[in-house]
Amino acid sequence: MTETPLLRVRNLSVRFGALAAVDGVSFDLWSGEVVALVGESGSGKTTLLRSIHGFIPPTAGSILYRSDRFGEVELTHLDEPRRRLLARTEWGFVHQNPRDGLRLSHSAGANVGERLMGAGARHWGTIRAQALAWLDRVEIDPGRIDDLPRTFSGGMQQRLQIARVLVTKPRLVLMDEPTGGLDVSVQARLLDLLRRLVAELGLSVILVTHDLGVARLLAQRILVMQRGRVVEAGLTDQVLDDPQHPYSQLLVSSVLVA
Amino acid sequence: MNAISYNFAYLDEQTKREIRRALLKALAIPGHQVPFASREMPLARGWGTGGMQVTAAVIGRDDVLKVIDQGADDTTNAVSIRQFFGRVAGVRTTTRTEEATLIQTRHRIPETPLRPGQIMVYQVPQPEPLWRLEPSRAETRRLHALAEYGIMHVKLYEDIARHGRITLAYDYPVLVHGRYVMSPSPIPAFDNPKLHRSPAIHLFGAGREKRIYAVPPYTDVVSLAFEDHPFRPWKAEAACALCGSTDTYLDEIVIDDRGTRRYVCSDTDWCERRRAQGRPV
Amino acid sequence: MSEPALIVEGLAKTFTLHLQGGVQLAVLRDLSLAVFPGECLALVGPSGAGKSTLLRALYGTYVAQAGHIHVRHCGKMLDLASADSRQILAVRRDTIGYVSQFLRVIPRVPAREIVAEPLIHRGESTHAALRAADAMLARLNLPERLWHLPPATFSGGEQQRVNLARGFIVHYPILLIDEPTASLDPVNADIVLSLIAEARKRNAAIVGIFHDPAVRLRVATREFALAPLAEAA
Repeated sequence: MTETPLLRVRNLSVRFGALAAVDGVSFDLWSGEVVALVGESGSGKTTLLRSIHGFIPPTAGSILYRSDRFGEVELTHLDEPRRRLLARTEWGFVHQNPRDGLRLSHSAGANVGERLMGAGARHWGTIRAQALAWLDRVEIDPGRIDDLPRTFSGGMQQRLQIARVLVTKPRLVLMDEPTGGLDVSVQARLLDLLRRLVAELGLSVILVTHDLGVARLLAQRILVMQRGRVVEAGLTDQVLDDPQHPYSQLLVSSVLVA
Repeated sequence: MNAISYNFAYLDEQTKREIRRALLKALAIPGHQVPFASREMPLARGWGTGGMQVTAAVIGRDDVLKVIDQGADDTTNAVSIRQFFGRVAGVRTTTRTEEATLIQTRHRIPETPLRPGQIMVYQVPQPEPLWRLEPSRAETRRLHALAEYGIMHVKLYEDIARHGRITLAYDYPVLVHGRYVMSPSPIPAFDNPKLHRSPAIHLFGAGREKRIYAVPPYTDVVSLAFEDHPFRPWKAEAACALCGSTDTYLDEIVIDDRGTRRYVCSDTDWCERRRAQGRPV
Repeated sequence: MSEPALIVEGLAKTFTLHLQGGVQLAVLRDLSLAVFPGECLALVGPSGAGKSTLLRALYGTYVAQAGHIHVRHCGKMLDLASADSRQILAVRRDTIGYVSQFLRVIPRVPAREIVAEPLIHRGESTHAALRAADAMLARLNLPERLWHLPPATFSGGEQQRVNLARGFIVHYPILLIDEPTASLDPVNADIVLSLIAEARKRNAAIVGIFHDPAVRLRVATREFALAPLAEAA
């Protein structure tokens, strides 16, 4: 076990005018760990995720990241070339809507291959073979490698987005409601897939979800967010089975049990 | 008509100076697109106004001008631009590549090897090689600035996936001086190797898109490709019906209603002189 | 006798129900006990006395309000009541196993993979872990045709045997067991009791809830009585 966390978020705030969307959030993410950010819409969990990735600049606070290439870097001060290099090699971002993470007018194979080409791969046969292997891994018929993703179902598109993100073997994957818009049966398949890939690749994941079942299945730890703040943090089973904060208790008691 | 007199080469001196500054910057950063304030010319944008403004900015009284369109000196566009500069600059014009000091072109690089001191001026419809791949201009500029060219290969990847080889036949993207990916204007891929370490100066003007870029002499210009699918430009498997040439770029001409085809040199000057040297079919 | 594997000192657990106007439910108060390697401590007491609550507090699922839960982990004593999440996860991986009353079914994951998971998590190769899982499922008489199926559609007894196999596949130094034989027939219950006996023989410290007095008599070496606390709001 390594001695320093992969990611250290300290007193992070994101303000939009008078609104504090994220308000003084601190947490650590360790290598190989899945942490779920839960809370209802508007609690700031997606804003927190997006500001860690650099889509939204934080107003205050710091994010220390232990990079393979650059050693420990402060993400809020990192220059753009290095941040973008990290974003397309060491990190991955899985959007809730796969259309935001895919090139819809390019083939499935090109979507998976793009990250490889972006990282410098220039051997067509190797790129093709990796794309085929990844389609198979995310349970998409490799025969559809040259089809456009807009001919795919929502579940297939999401699995394609995951293949596209994971093909460069990132260490840190940020997921924003990855099962959000999917039917329940499709969701189960995707969750199982994510669970296996996370374990096989030893990924560190920050997972935004409002579905406590998804958090239970994938995460070792949970941060409960309300109005931009983390009101409770702990082991997944502790937070879900013995929630301490009134808001956590409200969330847990609101879940329908089938 | 005689009452109206134009400044030398049509544009005023201040405008020409501004374009020259953009050209110098473009030469200093090979392959990089430099914005410039594209002026109105006496023909519509999209008909070569970018090339004409560059020509107007660099032409001198001693220059000898050649204008080609699709390799030919005698098409409407080539003839009118040649006449235009004959009138507003009073320079000598020619159809012979080796005589010319300045060659404005659309879609071709002459077959006759260029020599030091010659200037090629290209009319460019679309200067941005990433334009079909990345819709945001702000983002394409960022991609150029950071040399993030992964998506450029996406297009080539798909071409090979679909056809088994790269079928892109013109406007084939190149990497200039190991740094910027550049659109060589819609010249055939066949002409791309002529840019590599060429002794001439190559200036590119996009009038509608308001961009200028350049390749200085003896600069590396490498066509993008994959290790296992190297750059192999397409050429018709035929000989010129007029001069018999097999190593030049040929135009395909349908000559009757039954679809009979004939191939002839696209470079009319080259073809005529080959025939004059007594090497007809 | 050797050093205890588990020492509980002054443990208190109260649930605060914020959604019911902040009602306080005190379940455990000033509870102390020690469990030694090789013994099986049976928690006894009427329903509502806090037996399951204690078990979950010992596993770190329930947050203790006061007191200590010292666990012998990698040769040192660690207080679970004040440990951070990562330490608790390490303790769960290497030191404490927990066999709950019901299997938590994971969609689409076959029985043998659910059983093998704790071993893989400890760094065992997938191949070896799956072989160990097969052996454990065979021992618990789960029909082989079920090994490759997700247990969602299994009967209660079949699910419980998958759960037991998962709990016993790793030789934890401390085992927490909640009603292991409740939904099993006598033959399979017997197998579970011999698994517990074997765990004791390799010096595991076991804390369990066994409602069936006959079962309790056979496996427990000692009993610990809990009584419901008087309501004190």
